[in-house]
Amino acid sequence: MALIITAECIACWACEPICPNAAIRVKNEVFRIDKKSCTRCEGYGDLPQCVEICPVEGAIIDDEGTAMNPPGSLTGIPPREPLPA
Amino acid sequence: MSMVQESGCRPIQPNNARIEEHPCYSEGASHRYARMHLPVAPACNMQCRYCNRKFDCSNESRPGVVSGVLNPDQAVKRAWEARQRLPHLRVIGFAGPGDPLANRERVFATCKPLRSSFPDWHLCLSTNGLCLPESVNAILDHGIQHVTITLNALDPEVGAAIYSWIFWNKKRRRGVEAAHILLEQQLAGLSALIARGVLVKINSVLIPGVNDRQIPEINRLVSEAGVFSHNIMPLISAPEHGTYYGVMGIPGPNEAQLQQVRSQCGGAAKLMTHCRQCRADAVGLLEQDRQAELNRSPVEDSRVIPIHRPTRRDPVANPPSPVVLAVASQSGERVDTHFGHAAFFRIYRVTGAQIEHLGERFVPRYCQGDDQCEDKDHTLKAVLNLLNDCQGVICARIGFVPWQELLERGIEPVNSHADRPVLEALSHTARLLQDKHAIPTPKVAAAGMKGRG
Repeated sequence: MALIITAECIACWACEPICPNAAIRVKNEVFRIDKKSCTRCEGYGDLPQCVEICPVEGAIIDDEGTAMNPPGSLTGIPPREPLPA
Repeated sequence: MSMVQESGCRPIQPNNARIEEHPCYSEGASHRYARMHLPVAPACNMQCRYCNRKFDCSNESRPGVVSGVLNPDQAVKRAWEARQRLPHLRVIGFAGPGDPLANRERVFATCKPLRSSFPDWHLCLSTNGLCLPESVNAILDHGIQHVTITLNALDPEVGAAIYSWIFWNKKRRRGVEAAHILLEQQLAGLSALIARGVLVKINSVLIPGVNDRQIPEINRLVSEAGVFSHNIMPLISAPEHGTYYGVMGIPGPNEAQLQQVRSQCGGAAKLMTHCRQCRADAVGLLEQDRQAELNRSPVEDSRVIPIHRPTRRDPVANPPSPVVLAVASQSGERVDTHFGHAAFFRIYRVTGAQIEHLGERFVPRYCQGDDQCEDKDHTLKAVLNLLNDCQGVICARIGFVPWQELLERGIEPVNSHADRPVLEALSHTARLLQDKHAIPTPKVAAAGMKGRG
């Protein structure tokens, strides 16, 4: 179950060199995780390496659309109020 | 906690071109010699609370800010161009937008040709120090003789309040643990550089109420260690910068607070007071930055990598009742974007004639061309999951597969408003969907639905 990079990505390149599976592909400065190569770093670390170094909340999601680094988790800035139901 | 080891440092010769030609190391030089920051270092290995990696503004001057990142070839070309226009250029600095030592290959690949073409230039870099000890040999091998380390705290408890996290040994680490690791690396790197004769400058960001009392201690310690100068910089903090301190309303010091702290710093390290807190792509004299003019000059066959991304984003939780619609529109004015090309969708809630913009939702690019097709299903699923709470998606065009998938999820794909105004498309679609889902309601007249509320 590969991870996915959203358009929140700021193209900072931090993830690309540390991916142990070389799964991060860059084309025209758009970063993408190769589905076949990504193992979510199973057996490598507790969390996928890209998730561990990415500085942008919401830039990496799983295929359920869940942010691996949710709002507030990296900056310490509390997320905005959720939308009223 | 390890303190700086005995370094056996040599006293710095005052009549030294290394000092007299470097605008940051000599105030006199700052009026005579130009410097150029080459933004070749996009990655960072930690998050400081006064920094926001998403920010970019060409009118803004503060550390870490750049308009684009260059690869080493582009950077060398830019240096050649700058040399034509700035005969008094003497210093090439690496200062970001990330940490130069988190981008060692790029930085050193830029140093090599510059050093052989311009042996009289001074190369320098500025670092958070996290990767410093293991980089000292390479720094010297590449002719870098000036290093600035940002040191904001000696007490890890204080450090924990300044740094959100560091990436260390395969993990993101936070709090006191992170601050402790960082400090050890900074101090070990500092000693090693001084022992090897590198001119070291320390930058400390004064954050009132956080590290005021740390700074005189830092001054004492680094002075004893043989640091050349200490630059105490005021925190720059504004909500629109999107930094932690900015958003949380923690202001920078006023002039009196800054002077007060500086007056408590009487160590041998020279206090730098002429710092302009330059951008990571600054060019020219310190008092007269020409980056906007010079960086605009065309670098041959280059593609400057834009780092700006829109930062507005609302967390989207539960489907709000009336009608929530996603719109693929780059401009925000018209429905101008193909579903598969959208980097983000604009999310609106339409209640009768009232249209509320809820924010933007960023999605992975689903349609990226032939070589990416193997991942299409996977990516499409993620896009659809991100749009799950919408009742409709308005886009200029849409492929057959996503069309079907949207319908299966009960989301109405709408492509009949291509190039029409977004507001008109929203009103029209909302009405359509309300009618569709409503139990018998009188048909609303086709005309008469107007703009935003």
